[in-house]
Amino acid sequence: MDASQFLTIFISAVFIYNVILSRFLGLCSFVAISKETKPAMAMSLSVMFVTTMSSIITWFIYRFLLIPFGLTYLRTISFILVIATFVQFVEMVIRKISPPLYRFFGIYLPLITVNCAVLGVAVLNVDMFFINGRAVPGSFYYSLFQGICVGLGYALAMLLMSGIRERLDLCNVPKAVKDFPLAFIIASIMSLSFLGFNGFKF
Amino acid sequence: MEILIPILTLGFLGLLFGIGLALASKKFAVKTDPRLEKIVGLLPGANCGACGGAGCFGFAESILSGKAKIDACRVADDKIKEQIAQVLGRKLEKRAESVAILHCNGGRKVKDRFLYQGIEDCVAANLVLGGQKECVYGCLGFDTCEKACPFGAIKISEENLPTVDANKCKACNKCVLICPKNLFTLVPITHNVYPVRKDTFSSAFSNGVYVACSSHDLGKDTIAVCPVGCIACRKCEQACPVDAIHVIDNLAVLDYDKCTSCGKCVEVCPTKTIRKRE
Repeated sequence: MDASQFLTIFISAVFIYNVILSRFLGLCSFVAISKETKPAMAMSLSVMFVTTMSSIITWFIYRFLLIPFGLTYLRTISFILVIATFVQFVEMVIRKISPPLYRFFGIYLPLITVNCAVLGVAVLNVDMFFINGRAVPGSFYYSLFQGICVGLGYALAMLLMSGIRERLDLCNVPKAVKDFPLAFIIASIMSLSFLGFNGFKF
Repeated sequence: MEILIPILTLGFLGLLFGIGLALASKKFAVKTDPRLEKIVGLLPGANCGACGGAGCFGFAESILSGKAKIDACRVADDKIKEQIAQVLGRKLEKRAESVAILHCNGGRKVKDRFLYQGIEDCVAANLVLGGQKECVYGCLGFDTCEKACPFGAIKISEENLPTVDANKCKACNKCVLICPKNLFTLVPITHNVYPVRKDTFSSAFSNGVYVACSSHDLGKDTIAVCPVGCIACRKCEQACPVDAIHVIDNLAVLDYDKCTSCGKCVEVCPTKTIRKRE
């Protein structure tokens, strides 16, 4: 395990390969929930929680179930199965334990079940931290950290986008591009600017 | 054999998760009042917040616990409220209906003091020396109230003044709260300022009287900036047969409980500030 590896994972997950603006994953929630900062941050927190937890669970599934049986080609379907089950389970638990938290997360959790960013992290983890069907040293910690960082990258993009859209609400925007068309234009310009991080090498 | 392993593995996983979730849903089941869901289904779902609850769900909860009256909802019509009352087995208590009106008739008749080039929003414009209009009490004419209205009842007219469609207005108080000049008030519909709402009121009530000005300036200062402002001449006070209108702090104020909308004050008002809705 190499400490500098964590820095590399952090910078590449948050900036260079930002899950929304460079990898183009999880776009539907990015456009739909970025109108105001508060719900955008709630959604980001939920995503961060789910990506982190699903990184842990999928690592165990991959390492102890799929690899020993030689079933690595089943990873997509089994990951989806695990993530969906986990999110459903968490929703139930939250609903029982803390109603205020349920009201805060409740609307977003079902959305995350089908968010491809979450599956993206899981697939990315096994692509990067398993070589020839073997876990690289420290691969569990790398996966966990990457899960957190992808969530952070998602939160960054959501925060920027919702801030811009909140400001734009006060401007006189031509009717033809109001709301969603403008959101798409902003997203593409932001994505272009994140392309600038691409030259960095570690 | 080769196909059996993936089938068994995935089947096993699916079965495990399925049973797990089934058990979890039993263990973590939350008991909810079945009436709550019915009420939420009946409510309009506009989540306007006019009732004071946090959206329709919060309102349904407070009706159920008896904290709020069913009639606090401004959007639902009487049929729906009756149904909700039936669900709860309670009687429906009715509230006096009201509509929003604008106490300003300046619009384009009032000139601008300076060229305002900021955010096109009354709240923002009001921060700059109290807005660009010569009259500091009057309507600034941006579409802040139009945007704030959740029911599309407010439209900015050609006169650059907001007009309220009484058929659509639910008296949710949003325009009253957002207007930086405090120009909107809710007026009881029995003092029928607006002619419409034909479903509940006959046309006999169609000529309600209201004061279309909010300026507390002296008459001389008001007339200098606005041809239709209240100049506090007190002619209406003398003309009123039921003592319903009084000039308080340089502005005519109407007592809707006393006013019979006879129209005498409208006739004598020299600036046509007191108006009757046609």
